Amino acid sequence: MSYVAHDESAFAPPAEVEEVELYHPKTWVGKYVWSQDAKVIAVQYAATAIGIGLVALVLSWLMRLQLGFPNTFSFIDPSNYLQFVTMHGMIMVIYLLTALFLGGFGNYLIPLMVGARDMVFPYVNMVSYWFYLFAVLLLTASFFVPGGPTGSGWTLYPPQAILEGTPGATWGIILMLVSLAFFIIGFTMGGLNYVVTVLQARTRGMTMMRMPLTVWGIFMATILALLAFPALFVSAIMMTLDVTLGTSFFLPALVSRGQQLAHAGGSPVLFQHLFWFFGHPEVYIVALPAFGIVSDLISVHARKNIFGYRMMVWAIVAIGGLSFLVWAHHMYVSGMNPYFGFFFATTTLIIAVPTAIKVYNWVLTLWRGNIHLTVPMLFAIGFVFTFINGGLTGLFLGNVTVDVPLSDTMFVVAHFHMVMAIAPILVVFGAIYHWYPKITGRMLNDTLGKFHFWVTFVGSYAIYYPMHYLGFAGVPRRYYAIGGTDFIPQSAHSLNVAITIAALVVGVVQVVFLYNLVWSYFKGRPSGGNPWNATTLEWQTPDTPPKHGNFGATLPVVYRWAYDYSVPGAVEDFIPQNVPPREVAGRNSSKT
Amino acid sequence: MSIFHQLTAKPWLTAQDTVETLHDRGTARKLALRVFLAVVTVLFMLLVVAYGRRMAFEDWRPSPQLGLLWANTFALVLSSVALQWAQFSVRRGHMDGMRVALLAGGAFTVVFLIGQILAWRQLGTMVYFDLANPAIAFFYLITGLHGLHLLGGLVAWGRTFAKVWGNFDAVRIRHSVELCTLYWHFLLGVWLVLFGLLFSGNNLDILLKLCGIR
Repeated sequence: MSYVAHDESAFAPPAEVEEVELYHPKTWVGKYVWSQDAKVIAVQYAATAIGIGLVALVLSWLMRLQLGFPNTFSFIDPSNYLQFVTMHGMIMVIYLLTALFLGGFGNYLIPLMVGARDMVFPYVNMVSYWFYLFAVLLLTASFFVPGGPTGSGWTLYPPQAILEGTPGATWGIILMLVSLAFFIIGFTMGGLNYVVTVLQARTRGMTMMRMPLTVWGIFMATILALLAFPALFVSAIMMTLDVTLGTSFFLPALVSRGQQLAHAGGSPVLFQHLFWFFGHPEVYIVALPAFGIVSDLISVHARKNIFGYRMMVWAIVAIGGLSFLVWAHHMYVSGMNPYFGFFFATTTLIIAVPTAIKVYNWVLTLWRGNIHLTVPMLFAIGFVFTFINGGLTGLFLGNVTVDVPLSDTMFVVAHFHMVMAIAPILVVFGAIYHWYPKITGRMLNDTLGKFHFWVTFVGSYAIYYPMHYLGFAGVPRRYYAIGGTDFIPQSAHSLNVAITIAALVVGVVQVVFLYNLVWSYFKGRPSGGNPWNATTLEWQTPDTPPKHGNFGATLPVVYRWAYDYSVPGAVEDFIPQNVPPREVAGRNSSKT
Repeated sequence: MSIFHQLTAKPWLTAQDTVETLHDRGTARKLALRVFLAVVTVLFMLLVVAYGRRMAFEDWRPSPQLGLLWANTFALVLSSVALQWAQFSVRRGHMDGMRVALLAGGAFTVVFLIGQILAWRQLGTMVYFDLANPAIAFFYLITGLHGLHLLGGLVAWGRTFAKVWGNFDAVRIRHSVELCTLYWHFLLGVWLVLFGLLFSGNNLDILLKLCGIR
């Protein structure tokens, strides 16, 4: 079937506004290094994020080696352990997941999916990446400075983060704070681009409600990030001043190591409020793009329109709004007023409603769908399972009375790893398997992909399911060693060994994924332009991989939403967004 | 189309008449600036809330009130007025008037920034100066961040000012002047709030009580 439209003017009036002139690089360096093409910038973002993410993966191994086999590795001392914990957490949350979802997938998918030639401000987009890279380098540099990186935990709570005795309290913490500031400045440049591109550069016919949910998820997450990151920015600057100039924003009058410090009158709880005002939306900054992407993966690979599209969009918007009203549920043990605790517990339970709507809609999309158990679909289904598990334990922890005894135990570690580590990472993998053919023109190896999925999925459960029980048993988090603590049974130690072995296996299997990425780039089966028979615009480009400018001579015109799969009356089980109604083969239904 | 209409559209119904035309890309820069201003608003709002929360403590010692800040505020008001004049002129095609007004806007801004630095030095030489006093630290932080935003504005102002000589694209210049004006008005508004806060001493009792902070 040919999708080349003719006599479009009957459906689409001619464009009223001329297209923007694109920047055309003349050298290899201009094309691939100082690139202003969103697709190249996306790959740069993704490669950097995955690179620094691998460092964080190795750090998690070191932590697990210490917990599983205490007193075995002489190179892991208590200070190192805390540094591993801190850097692992911060890298994974900010420098891997946030950068990968927004900088990586956002850059690649937004222009292609909304039918734009590039981001609205390509130069600013390029600068955004270089700020990000600089932030990553600053963070990495902290491994090599005197005292090493900060070991204050990823939340960087003062006063302990900047007091003598905490690892990295001199150079490490400063590098961390400055790196975060650069990350945020860089992200703000990128974020402005994503928002304005979605609002201003959509092609003709691409109404907001015809956008794929991937774009909705990234769009809303970007708005959240733009409004939440200033809180981290402000707190990073204030704490930097506390360290360097001796101000007292967060430091109360205190005695450290027998000496009265010059600080007085600061409020550590103020930092906690600022941090979590950023920190909780951050969960959704990671989750919303994952929600959007997984919606598209499920719809494409189940050959069925997404169930309740409008509800999905509303849920994304509602979650975005509510995510700014729940931050203090991370602070139940900070001594807050019980009425505040009640308020934040209530909002936390309320945010579960739109989230649950999304889960129901994913399941209902699968219901009686023509499910293809491709690798992306396996990861998508794996995400739904994992997100439900992690989400349910979140409901427990959202209640003050349950949270207080479980606070700072391994239960919390298990919860947030299920809901915002494993779940989004499964989506990242699913998305890479899904869009790799468009990025490279070749398919990833299916057998290796399935092996990668099953070991990662089952292995992740082997790590985090038992961890919930450790939490119930009272095993605390962030402890270098639990040693001879009386209330912790011997079985907890055995469980720790098993968890460590599972973590090592899951880590190693990621090498298979990396091998697949490289091998398939050269030897993979050529994919063609639309290997999944998907409807969205990125699969309708004249070239694969898409060239600079994305869509050849003329931009596509959109006539329908992104989910016309298995439309009654149509010959094929998908109708791309840019196919006019009268060109749909076998059209005999009003639905087309 | 309003947001409500957009969110209640039924995208699964394919209708021929819903094919929209391309958006006017000329407005992209203005939209980007507005989004950026939203980000900056959150930044300063958080600072104001943090300041207010700290004021509620019993040991709050307000920073001394510097008379120089009144003069600085006046200079910033003048810069905003001058840019408004530049916008007024460029919209009517009075390019000479626009150039003069643009220059005046930049000059008054530089005066404001120099005044702020003088205020910093003035405070630094006072007996009250004690960086461990949160009020003093907040003063430097808030004025510093506001000044940095104005400095960033001056970069955009400089790029615009460099383009208004010889042959230039009048439409682009109009857009640039409008963006500068919007940014300056916004930063003036932010400054007035910050100025009120910094100059309030310990007199925001009622407001703090209303906000439930004290």
